[in-house]
Amino acid sequence: MKSHLLPDFIVERLEDRCNRCGVCVKQCPWGVYSWNDDKTDILIDYTKCVGCQRCVVYCPNNALIVKPYYGSYRPNAYWTKEVISDIKKQAEQGGVLLVGTGSDRPYKVYFDHILLNASQVTNPSIDPLREPMELRTFLGRKPDQLEIEIRDDDIEIKTELYPNLVVETPILFAGMSYGAISKNAFLALAMASKEFGTLFCTGEGGLPKDMREEYGPVAIVQCASGRFGVDPEYLNCAAAIEIKIGQGAKPGIGGHLPGEKVTAEISATRMIPEGTDALSPAPHHDIYSIEDLSMLIYALKEATNYEKPVFVKIAAVHNVAAIASGIVRAGADVIVIDGFRGGTGASPKVMRDHVGIPIEMAIAAVDQRLREEGIRHKCSIIASGGIRCSADVVKAIALGADAVYIGTAALIALGCTMCQKCYTGKCAWGICTQDPNLAKRLNPKEGAKRLVNLLRAWSLEIKDMLGGMGINAIESLRGNREHLRGIGLEDWELRVLGIKGAGE
Amino acid sequence: MRFVDSYLEGVRKIDEIIKYAKIEGEVAEIDARDLKHKELNDLMRECVLRGARKLILKNVCGQRYIGTRLFFNPGVNVEIIIYGTPGNDLGAFLSGHRIVVYGNAQDGVGNTMDSGEIIVHGRAGDVVAMAMRGGKIFIRDSVGYRTAIHMKEYKERIPLLVIGGTAQDFLGEYMAGGRVVLLGLNLKNGKHRSHYIGTGMHGGIIYLRGKVEDYQLGKEVGVVDMEQEDWKFLEKVVEEFCGHFGNEIKVDKDEILGGKFMKLIPVTKRPYGKIYAY
Repeated sequence: MKSHLLPDFIVERLEDRCNRCGVCVKQCPWGVYSWNDDKTDILIDYTKCVGCQRCVVYCPNNALIVKPYYGSYRPNAYWTKEVISDIKKQAEQGGVLLVGTGSDRPYKVYFDHILLNASQVTNPSIDPLREPMELRTFLGRKPDQLEIEIRDDDIEIKTELYPNLVVETPILFAGMSYGAISKNAFLALAMASKEFGTLFCTGEGGLPKDMREEYGPVAIVQCASGRFGVDPEYLNCAAAIEIKIGQGAKPGIGGHLPGEKVTAEISATRMIPEGTDALSPAPHHDIYSIEDLSMLIYALKEATNYEKPVFVKIAAVHNVAAIASGIVRAGADVIVIDGFRGGTGASPKVMRDHVGIPIEMAIAAVDQRLREEGIRHKCSIIASGGIRCSADVVKAIALGADAVYIGTAALIALGCTMCQKCYTGKCAWGICTQDPNLAKRLNPKEGAKRLVNLLRAWSLEIKDMLGGMGINAIESLRGNREHLRGIGLEDWELRVLGIKGAGE
Repeated sequence: MRFVDSYLEGVRKIDEIIKYAKIEGEVAEIDARDLKHKELNDLMRECVLRGARKLILKNVCGQRYIGTRLFFNPGVNVEIIIYGTPGNDLGAFLSGHRIVVYGNAQDGVGNTMDSGEIIVHGRAGDVVAMAMRGGKIFIRDSVGYRTAIHMKEYKERIPLLVIGGTAQDFLGEYMAGGRVVLLGLNLKNGKHRSHYIGTGMHGGIIYLRGKVEDYQLGKEVGVVDMEQEDWKFLEKVVEEFCGHFGNEIKVDKDEILGGKFMKLIPVTKRPYGKIYAY
């Protein structure tokens, strides 16, 4: 069937700069560039271009420009090119539209409608370059009260404490599985976590045995509905365990890792035959209620001798506050809430773009609800899904989170350009692929360096923002909504966020 | 609303409950009558740390996660004999131990079990062998709903679940590997009543003794002919089954093997490979 689709991108070659060196042919996994028969010229089929910009960055002569295809249908604010293309694609292929990464739709971004406070005259701001500024964060359940005993100069805590995790900055790496991403990308996340003093989540693809000893202590291992790679040693080598109920990019549905991504090594960690689809059912089939969730939480605590905090990750959905209350009561030590901007390697487009609620609303609602019920200290809250910069981190924490997960931002640090083709397994940057020739493009050491740099940069900025507010510890910011003001928000939005409008 | 942690509240320290255990050499006997879930597991772990390798649990009544807390690195193998009714998640994440139950088991037997053996001289509830990764489970009678969901295998590590009776709906849903043998010994008219057998199945084999109609099968499974090696495999399995329960079921190996068996396998390794547009 002849495809009626318009191209997405067009490639412009600056002929005076191009010397036909062939780097673009090698770099492009999409088949845009090819040599002619006698290898004297390079042909360009821009209809195959996804806009990943790999060729542009790697062209030694800066001879390439990739830009959105400018030919268009008759302009129409309702029947946009995207809408028309989607219909044509489905008419040609008859399937569910797949996409990668988080939702790109122009819903209101609440982070961008919230402004931070700073000290002026009435309380002094703090210069983080001169004074100590505490970003260290403890994640896990806290006791109702603390009993201490003072003996001479020694202070001893008498209360038996729940296991807590320590991170040096309130930024952790979100669950991205080995399988969805390459071993090198997975390794880069692990190495950066170890170096910086934070944690990475394995996602549900298991933790390869050769990584357990070195990186287990900085890993949050996931136990999701497919139970891939979940064995007692995996659970016990980790810092914490995360039960994944849902994710922001596709709340309510499971996942299908396509068979072509299930290579020999993936098949060993996931324990399924090579080339088989790795199917994660939509629900955990042993969890149909809060009581059942509690049963799995305690099964995991039993399996790890009560030494590890158990996280429960859910997508931010309409009744998120009530669900979160149930999760705390079920025994979770940390709740991860993933907003609708959360990324993914593959999701039906319709789920990614139309299901869930913004993370800002979800954190505020959950924090408020747990405080009202007097159980906020029973768990930590990690906000996830679309955290783009250090200001988003600070706003998320002021709205009530203890820390954040970053996924997309971490991948962008590794090279991702948000072309949204993760599900094809052909990632030109070596991130979302299992093709050894593509995966080797990402050097884990260099990747880890980029990630550590990002964490360091954001941490410095967070200290600046805190100092400006006159706060010297991140935990004094948690749920401190007095430091936030809304701009361009309606009354109901301010009410849900629990913040005042600017000038109030 | 008061916060109640029903699982941890009122759990006594080990020195208060050690009196419920009698340790003699490698054998420990525990009276579970007055023990909470966690107390029993605390005590079992303590007994193993003190050198016990055989745990006899008396008066068990609903205590959960029996066997789950006994992961050690390097591992030890413990035999756990249970009298009474163990609670949910018996042998969840089990690592190498052998559990024998004289009585019925509840839901979640062998949940995400890694290795070892569970033998139930009775029936078991829902979600038996969910996401099982290795080892063997033998249930003398029937099991409930959602059995062997997402069971897995990798190379020579092939988990085995043998059920003497029948199963309720969703048997083998999402199954990705392993072997399930349903012997149908208690069927009245030779017909299983389970629906949606093997829905979403993409690996492993289900052997059914007795009859199921096409409409009872998920779209993703197909019935294939039994071959020589299937019979060889079944002969071994049935022999083992009779070894465990021979005295109780009053049917012998030959009689079981003389029944009509069906072999179910997935029709494709990629049941949902064709539902997407790219």
